[in-house]
Amino acid sequence: MSIYLNKDSKVIVQGITGGEGTKHTALMLKAGTNIVGGVNARKAGTTVAHKDQSGQDVDLPVFGSVSEAMEKTGADVSVVFVPPKFAKDAAVEAIEAGIGLLVVITEGIPVQDSAEFFNLSLTKTGADGKPVTRIIGPNCPGIITPGESLAGITPANITNKGPVGLVSKSGTLTYQMMYELRDIGFSTSIGIGGDPVIGTTHIDALEAFEADPDTEAIVMIGEIGGDAEERAAEYIKAHVTKPVVGYVAGFTAPEGKTMGHAGAIVSGSSGTAEAKKEALEAAGVKVGKTPSETAQLLREIHKGDGTSDSSPVAGAAETVKEKSGALVDKVKSTFKK
Amino acid sequence: MDLYEYQARDLFEAHGVPVLAGIVAQTPEEAKAAAEKIGGVVVVKAQVKVGGRGKAGGVKLAKTPDEAYEHAQAILGMDIKGHTVHRVMIAQGADIAEEYYFSILLDRAERNYLAMCSKEGGVEIEQLAVESPEKLVRYNFDPNNGIDADAAAEIARQAGFSAEEVPALVEAFQKLWGAFAAEDASLVEVNPLVKTGDGAIIALDGKVTIDENAAFRQPGHADLVDESAEDPLEAKAKANDLNYVKLDGSVGIIGNGAGLVMSTLDVVAYAGEAHNGVTPANFLDIGGGASAEVMANGLDVILGDDQVKSVFVNVFGGITSCDAVATGIVKALEILGDTATKPLVVRLDGNNVDEGRRILQEANHPLVITADTMDGGADKAAELANK
Repeated sequence: MSIYLNKDSKVIVQGITGGEGTKHTALMLKAGTNIVGGVNARKAGTTVAHKDQSGQDVDLPVFGSVSEAMEKTGADVSVVFVPPKFAKDAAVEAIEAGIGLLVVITEGIPVQDSAEFFNLSLTKTGADGKPVTRIIGPNCPGIITPGESLAGITPANITNKGPVGLVSKSGTLTYQMMYELRDIGFSTSIGIGGDPVIGTTHIDALEAFEADPDTEAIVMIGEIGGDAEERAAEYIKAHVTKPVVGYVAGFTAPEGKTMGHAGAIVSGSSGTAEAKKEALEAAGVKVGKTPSETAQLLREIHKGDGTSDSSPVAGAAETVKEKSGALVDKVKSTFKK
Repeated sequence: MDLYEYQARDLFEAHGVPVLAGIVAQTPEEAKAAAEKIGGVVVVKAQVKVGGRGKAGGVKLAKTPDEAYEHAQAILGMDIKGHTVHRVMIAQGADIAEEYYFSILLDRAERNYLAMCSKEGGVEIEQLAVESPEKLVRYNFDPNNGIDADAAAEIARQAGFSAEEVPALVEAFQKLWGAFAAEDASLVEVNPLVKTGDGAIIALDGKVTIDENAAFRQPGHADLVDESAEDPLEAKAKANDLNYVKLDGSVGIIGNGAGLVMSTLDVVAYAGEAHNGVTPANFLDIGGGASAEVMANGLDVILGDDQVKSVFVNVFGGITSCDAVATGIVKALEILGDTATKPLVVRLDGNNVDEGRRILQEANHPLVITADTMDGGADKAAELANK
């Protein structure tokens, strides 16, 4: 099992003929993804040549629209690689067509566009009253269920299948964590994206990992900006029984500056790494002070009973808390302007 | 990007939001001329992107053009919370009967838009929200619907305005929504929104944040950038399409991916505790690809920072594997030649890491020191910055 994506997922690529689309279609096929075609209205009716996981030649059909692609292939997942200018139209098209999972990789989409297509998705509900389309991203690396399927740009060969679920705002930090824990492996890893408005949230992923029988422990990576981590902490306290370890980036970020991701900004006293870390710890999440230490905390949990207060992990977490507290004070004084 | 008040005023005017006359001035002479042009009582207002300028003495009433000259002379060059005043706005004096509050912003948590309104304006809205939340109307709405006449009337009614007052407010709210939508704003705040003695509604002070991701369809926004206020290194980085933020420390940082770079800053600041408190000099994300050219551009910006004493290059090789990144670093140092003078601690991890390290070792560049882990690299870079 896994969440949102598995070996049976039938994936199409919007922007399959573009540079990024071509490159990542090849990598997704190599990772085992069942790609059934792509969309480009201007090149409808043509095919693109690729190789599948076993190295066999495949000709992927290019369709004129997402609905046509779904009709002809039974696709249930679409990955969007189109440039920011056209991303909203691509997303709206996929939502209108009723795709089940929409992974928007594109970085640099105006937030108004993202807010519009996300809210559109909320109005297109199925028989169960829930939105038909789940959106992951934008500005994200996508989702990978190692050994089964990849919908996005995560390097598939850095990790293995296993019992850890991972949800993160950041791409390379996710890769770092997957790589460090490759011997244990991952059920599914989701990069939810660093934009101010994103589809799938930390909470959505936590809920799905909690319900997934193959996920035994969860790593949650957050960063400055907004209050998604604080909300996730509340959710963990109330609903998550599986062990969660966390990491938050951006303790040294000055107020009012956007740190790479459009959503990574401390505004006044809100959105700080310190507040997020405290909220997570209050919910019983062990928070590492560096990515390596976070991986180590997960490793300890995986090895044995990491929940007991007398365990070495609990002790380590205390030290971490102390030290990062000092770090916070330090960087506060350094960046006070 | 946050706009100055005068830019917000101009933008409001362009979208039909009722505003008073306002002219920006950079010298006392210009201020005097502006006051003469507007006529009557004017207000000289410091233009800084920070609150609390009134308390700091940055807002003064002038009854004559000569008074405007004097106030401008005093205010220009003033330091308000670390921001130097380079411009003042000469604003027409208002006959204020009542002060209200109105704003539209992106609600990140709800992932839609939020309009807020209060009959008690002119005060710190964060304070009002905490102390008297019942006086602040919060109205979430779908960006696809916007604020139509019904929504605007609903907001005004909820805020406690009378039936006679509602129509003028509906007009103002809809115009402000029009400005928000058309300009790709993520915040439009009017505080205060005033009612004048003759019952007109005027946006007296505005705060606007625009979305830089929308630059491709907002050609006019490039002119709103205040280049004089930009850090020269940040400007140079921007010209090279680099994601760079200048900080105060001495350890230059280069990494790929925003999250990993933020994390690198934290780890360096932590390691710096053992090395006389050295801290990161910057944030620089060269993106997932990490090509030689981008690496060279990034190093060029960082080495141009006089405060930098060592550089920590922290790259995770994913799609672009470590051998390609290592080759990029070697080439970047070739491109930079003698201009590269500070030690570079390089930590590579991920795909093909052994080959990457081998390439760096073989190149044997005198400035390059390799590190096996992120924590170890951070410690080494902090140590070198403390020498």
